[in-house]
Amino acid sequence: MATIDKTSKGARLGQFTQKLGALLGLIILIIVVTALNPSFIEPLNILNLLRQVAINALISFGMTFVILTGGIDLSVGSILALSSAVTANLLLSGINPIIAIVLGCLLGGVLGSINGLLITKGRMAPFIATLATMTIFRGLTLVYTKGNPITGLGNQASFQFLGRGYLLGIPVPAVTMVIVFVILWIVLHKTPFGRKTYAIGGNEKASIISGIKVDRVKIMIYSLIGMLSALAGAILTSRLNSAQPTAGQSYELDAIAAVVLGGTSLTGGRGRIVGTLIGALIIGILNNGLNLLGVSSFYQMVVKGIVIAIAVLLDRKKT
Amino acid sequence: MHIKMNDIYKSFGANRVLTGVDFELLDGEVHALMGENGAGKSTLMNILIGLHKKDQGTIVIDGKETYFNNPREAENFGIAFIHQELNIWGDMTVIENLFIGKELSTSFGLLNTKEMRRLATEQFERLALSIPLNQEAGLCSVGEKQMIEIAKALMTSAKVIVMDEPTAALTEREIQKLFEVINKLRKEGVSIVYISHRMEEIFAICDRITVMRDGKTVDTQPISETNFDDVVRKMVGRELTDRFPTSNAKTSDIVLEVKQASKRGQFKNVNFFVRSGEIVGFSGLMGSGRTEIMRTLFGIDSLDEGDILVKGKKVVIRNPNDAMKAGIGFVTEDRKDEGLVLDFSVRDNMVLTNLYSFAPKGIINNKKEQQFVDVLIQRLHIKTQSSSTIVRNLSGGNQQKVVIAKWIAIGLSVLILDEPTRGVDVGAKREIYQLMNELAERGVAIIMVSSELPEVLGMSDRIYVVHEGKISGELTKAEATQEHIMRLATGGQ
Repeated sequence: MATIDKTSKGARLGQFTQKLGALLGLIILIIVVTALNPSFIEPLNILNLLRQVAINALISFGMTFVILTGGIDLSVGSILALSSAVTANLLLSGINPIIAIVLGCLLGGVLGSINGLLITKGRMAPFIATLATMTIFRGLTLVYTKGNPITGLGNQASFQFLGRGYLLGIPVPAVTMVIVFVILWIVLHKTPFGRKTYAIGGNEKASIISGIKVDRVKIMIYSLIGMLSALAGAILTSRLNSAQPTAGQSYELDAIAAVVLGGTSLTGGRGRIVGTLIGALIIGILNNGLNLLGVSSFYQMVVKGIVIAIAVLLDRKKT
Repeated sequence: MHIKMNDIYKSFGANRVLTGVDFELLDGEVHALMGENGAGKSTLMNILIGLHKKDQGTIVIDGKETYFNNPREAENFGIAFIHQELNIWGDMTVIENLFIGKELSTSFGLLNTKEMRRLATEQFERLALSIPLNQEAGLCSVGEKQMIEIAKALMTSAKVIVMDEPTAALTEREIQKLFEVINKLRKEGVSIVYISHRMEEIFAICDRITVMRDGKTVDTQPISETNFDDVVRKMVGRELTDRFPTSNAKTSDIVLEVKQASKRGQFKNVNFFVRSGEIVGFSGLMGSGRTEIMRTLFGIDSLDEGDILVKGKKVVIRNPNDAMKAGIGFVTEDRKDEGLVLDFSVRDNMVLTNLYSFAPKGIINNKKEQQFVDVLIQRLHIKTQSSSTIVRNLSGGNQQKVVIAKWIAIGLSVLILDEPTRGVDVGAKREIYQLMNELAERGVAIIMVSSELPEVLGMSDRIYVVHEGKISGELTKAEATQEHIMRLATGGQ
């Protein structure tokens, strides 16, 4: 039929910009920042940048799954803080650092699954459910730490390695980010689970009728982002050698921004995790580059906000 | 109002959608505009009301060349378009809907509710409607919503009303009501363009008919000078020998049996069975409980009481997944809302019911998936550029085939189809019937819920009629007539 050609051409163009629009933005940003301050492109700064990006990227990967189903998770920063505090205390009690990290991640998973249960079984809107748990988890962190940072984590090499170490000259957080990215890319694009994630965001009713256990998939996804937030928290704790009760505040906004910059639709069903990686890099470069250029942190916020608005405006235009 | 559209051309990019269409609408006539999906009917009407710009051609209204820049201008001129997708704000009241965007105000700038109420009441009396004006519009039935749209159009003192598939979601009773209104309007000199896929209606209500095919006008003639076969031939450009293809399926053992099934407020003590290779029709008015019975059978809603037996064994169905495990597939009545992920490709939709069989080691085997999908596309004659075409871009008939393919993928033994040919054009309808027959021949038990009586009569081996949540009758193919079914469906004996 004649009309098919036209729309599929439009769809192809859409897919093209969805794939490459963010990448193009990233390249332009790198060129601009380098032109303004050539020291940006030096290996040392790039490695530093990757380490900075890792924490936001890990959370953003999880956020991609959440947003693909049409949901949102505002509680990531609070999960990060609570699991970090617990991990730090476990370390203080002399437990093996690896076990402490794993337990911290599991706690993150449990906290995430609470979100999932509220949203599926409790039929709450994701925004409201995670707004509530954001407050609850932050409050619990403050109660648990009595509002004080947990410091003096000692000199356990295996724990310090997570946030401060290098593997073949590359910062360990960056390596972790890449490994997690590859795994999640495979999950999203090559497994039934990934296909279901897209299907739920595309049409939840049709997914239920196609026999997809929508509730279960959603709970698993909120659990996943919880674990990733906890992992990011462990990296942060290792880097700072302390767990702060106020850690991770407004991290949810950076994560959502990275996902949106990467071209994932907030209504669900459409988007790519590669885009999120690029989106996280863009935000990281903005932070890093603007620092290098000596822009005050107040103006940095203005610039970041403008970039996000422009990216979404361009995204609107194409559809 | 007299409208004459001459030699209209329209292309979208490289696609020539209209290539020299002539269309004439007389004062006070009901004019059927027929054609398969993609023939250009909607484009033609959209050009008339100024939604699209023509490339070539003239539009003469009452002797003067007239063009509209947008639908609003056309509306002010007296031409209203009632789209297939109804524009009803469900959270607002009926009267708010009637005046949306055209609210009357007092000289203080406040809403003039008194005057609006007076006009609305007047209009409703004219149409003999009894919908409360202060009711939330979302609570109205589809038929009532349709009537609200018509009233809204008449509110603007429309002289021409274009109706696109007005009866697609209406019950028989509501259709009769609509026809009464159309007859009344005709007497008052209002002209109506009536777009529909339902032949029976065209012959029941229209004065003249224009058939379009591939962007051209095939013919315009008085309805009395043509007949069913003639119209179909002109629409598809070839002879369609039989409307309902015959089946060679042999019925054997009972595959599915439902015993004493009840769900409070929806249906009570429902008993029925389906044999392997049998097509069983479910007839009844909309809201009679037909669809609810099927949704419960498939586990979307849960049963209060009763047993479901598949191949003689009792099964418990709590969710669609349980139903699928029992070998039941369900083609819902609303394929866009519940059948398809519209942004997914044909391939991704087809395998959605059966993902794990393509991922034995956890990773989806794209090659295996592709082969499987290619076979189904061929077997079901799905017209698509490729398996990666986004399903939104397919015609209604082909979309419906993709939904059916989803269920073939699970290796099913019972297939429930709810309004399988709604919004599907004549040629594709027949292909869906053929597909049903083919499945029956392979031993699948088929349940077809349908509001179209000719379809029920033409396709079913046996018919259950549902009335107010109860099965009011069971008819064999030989006993069943339209009158008999209607009698049972409306509570007669």
